[in-house]
Amino acid sequence: MRSTLKFAVPLAVAALALGACGTTGGTSNTPAASGGAAACGDYKIGMFGALTGPNANLGIYIQNGVNLALDDYNKKHPDCKVTLENYDSQGDPTQAPALAKKAIDDKKVVGIVGPAFSGESKAANPAFAEAGLVHITPSATNPALAENGWKTFFRVLGNDATQGPAAAKYIKDTVKATKVFVIDDASEYGKGLADIVRQDLGSTVVGNDTIQQKQTDFGASVTKVTASGADALFFGGYSPEAAPLIKQLRDAGWKGTFVVADGVKDQSFIDNAQAAAEGTVITCPCVPADVAPDFQAAYKAKFNEDPNTYSGEGYDSATILLDGIAAGKDRATMVDFVKAYDKPGVTKQLKFDAKGEVTDVKVFAYKVEGGKIVSVGEIK
Amino acid sequence: MQFLIDNFWALTITGLTLGAVYALVALGYTLVYGVLRLINFAHSEVFMYGTFAALWVVMFLGGKAGGGTGQVIFWIAMMFVAAMTMSGLIAVLLERFAYRPLRKRNAPPLIALISAIGASFVLAEIMGLREKIVAWVGLEDNLRAYVRNSRNAVGLPDIVAKEPVFTIGGYAVTNVDIFVIVGAITIMVILDQFVKRSRLGRGIRAVAQDPEAAALMGVNRDRVIQVTFLVGGVMAGAAAVFYLLRIGITRYDAGFLLGVKAFTAAVLGGIGNLRGALLGGFVLGLAENYGSAIVGTEWKDVVAFVLLIVILLFRPTGLLGESLGKARA
Repeated sequence: MRSTLKFAVPLAVAALALGACGTTGGTSNTPAASGGAAACGDYKIGMFGALTGPNANLGIYIQNGVNLALDDYNKKHPDCKVTLENYDSQGDPTQAPALAKKAIDDKKVVGIVGPAFSGESKAANPAFAEAGLVHITPSATNPALAENGWKTFFRVLGNDATQGPAAAKYIKDTVKATKVFVIDDASEYGKGLADIVRQDLGSTVVGNDTIQQKQTDFGASVTKVTASGADALFFGGYSPEAAPLIKQLRDAGWKGTFVVADGVKDQSFIDNAQAAAEGTVITCPCVPADVAPDFQAAYKAKFNEDPNTYSGEGYDSATILLDGIAAGKDRATMVDFVKAYDKPGVTKQLKFDAKGEVTDVKVFAYKVEGGKIVSVGEIK
Repeated sequence: MQFLIDNFWALTITGLTLGAVYALVALGYTLVYGVLRLINFAHSEVFMYGTFAALWVVMFLGGKAGGGTGQVIFWIAMMFVAAMTMSGLIAVLLERFAYRPLRKRNAPPLIALISAIGASFVLAEIMGLREKIVAWVGLEDNLRAYVRNSRNAVGLPDIVAKEPVFTIGGYAVTNVDIFVIVGAITIMVILDQFVKRSRLGRGIRAVAQDPEAAALMGVNRDRVIQVTFLVGGVMAGAAAVFYLLRIGITRYDAGFLLGVKAFTAAVLGGIGNLRGALLGGFVLGLAENYGSAIVGTEWKDVVAFVLLIVILLFRPTGLLGESLGKARA
């Protein structure tokens, strides 16, 4: 009962906050100047993801990318501008269905960028599929999402089934580890990834362990890792557990390479693990900023910082929808347009298979150096 | 099993350091139970506030890696001062506003228990929403470093370099390991002597034994209860510093699971018994580590609670029995 209430309080606060900003959400962007030509549909695209709350950073990085795409479009079509409608889910699956309904009821919305996370995708996507409203996610990586037969589902990045093998490959070929220890956090995401890595690495895996989310003391796991003599550790999980885990391992004198996935690609991991985070390898299907220099420069000019995790993917998702609007598509015809789409984006060639997965999948390796996450290139 | 034998000392030392934290927090549960027959479920939050106070004072003093020995000692001393003050204050306020008004109206114990659970939420959520609360009063610019991302974990700067001091059975025991274990035991010996010898300690034992007789003998019951909460809070503050040095991060909900474990330790040792809390804490810390080694880390909590049930089956009053009121406490 205690934990239910712990959720209920922030939810109530969140609901209040949502109610308060709901009315201004649509006007946060400059509204379409004039009606212009009769053909102008006064269309909107939706941004569905966490824009406030603990996971807001990720949503805002995506939103910045989307805004940049909108600027480009509106510059080219000054007489028929497209506006952005925000659906701030706070990353919370329980809020997602109501927001999905809101988007579906607004007939001006012809497509959605998002939902950003896998959990909220699962909750919102059935409604989108039923309404025929296309949604392109720039960040939700759970492989099972593509297996639901949602005709409106598209994903512009590789899912976890491609990230796991890439992580295994990196450990084998680049780290050249001979003894690998694998730990997961028993979550759908973490265990899924860790199991793929275990399978791919086969006999080089010298030990396994499972921890729990919210665990902070890893004394027994640390002993298991150091006793196994492992020279690399793969952890499938998120940054709140990754930070104390590596900190306690380094305190115990373990010198091997710490390898994690996109769930840890987050500045808070470095802030909390500090010196212990140095040298950590992070795999991510997200494209590093320097792959698309033009995009990087434009992003920097507008937001005064480098593009971050999934900004480029957000830009690409929005661009596909905007191209559809330019081609005169509306909500009903947009699905087929996206399905047939085949153009280079800033992150990769944008073309989808029958399930809505992007066909050109790339996974990149990043490294923590000097308290920053820097790209060390694609894992090929 | 072979793994446990091969790494016996590593598991023992890390188990004892965590057990020391459990034991210090368990003292708070045990003391309050002794005088009031109340499980103070908000005690986990008293501990959590201590961790934040210790963290903030290091941030405020600009603590960072690579300080000189004198500086490190100063930072740690300030952590103790800040955490003990904060936790002691929160514990006393809890007693004053969540329990005393109920006691004055002779509310049944169950009501006080509900009040404890409610106070626990309120305290945890205030910490979890501190970013917003600070913004309401217009201080967000001054306090940003202390309150930003208030629902995420916050890390203690690496003020202490953990260095191996000696090796036992293949495990390099670090300066922090020694500090935590020796420090916790020292604090508990002081507390034990305080309860045994001082005038206030005698008052605590008197109220625990028979509140009415104690009142007739001129013991100010409210005062004794207040002191009990204060002492429990101060112990939780010390635990918070050891926890931070050992684990390195804290969060607004860090108290919950640790509180449950510490309460378990208190029951394991015999609730109401100070030495029992110490023993229970260490036994629990060790059992968790040994259990993780034998059946897997994901069973850590299961092992702890199965152990509790087994021990209570054979010794319903815990390892050392209930005895705050008895002479040997």
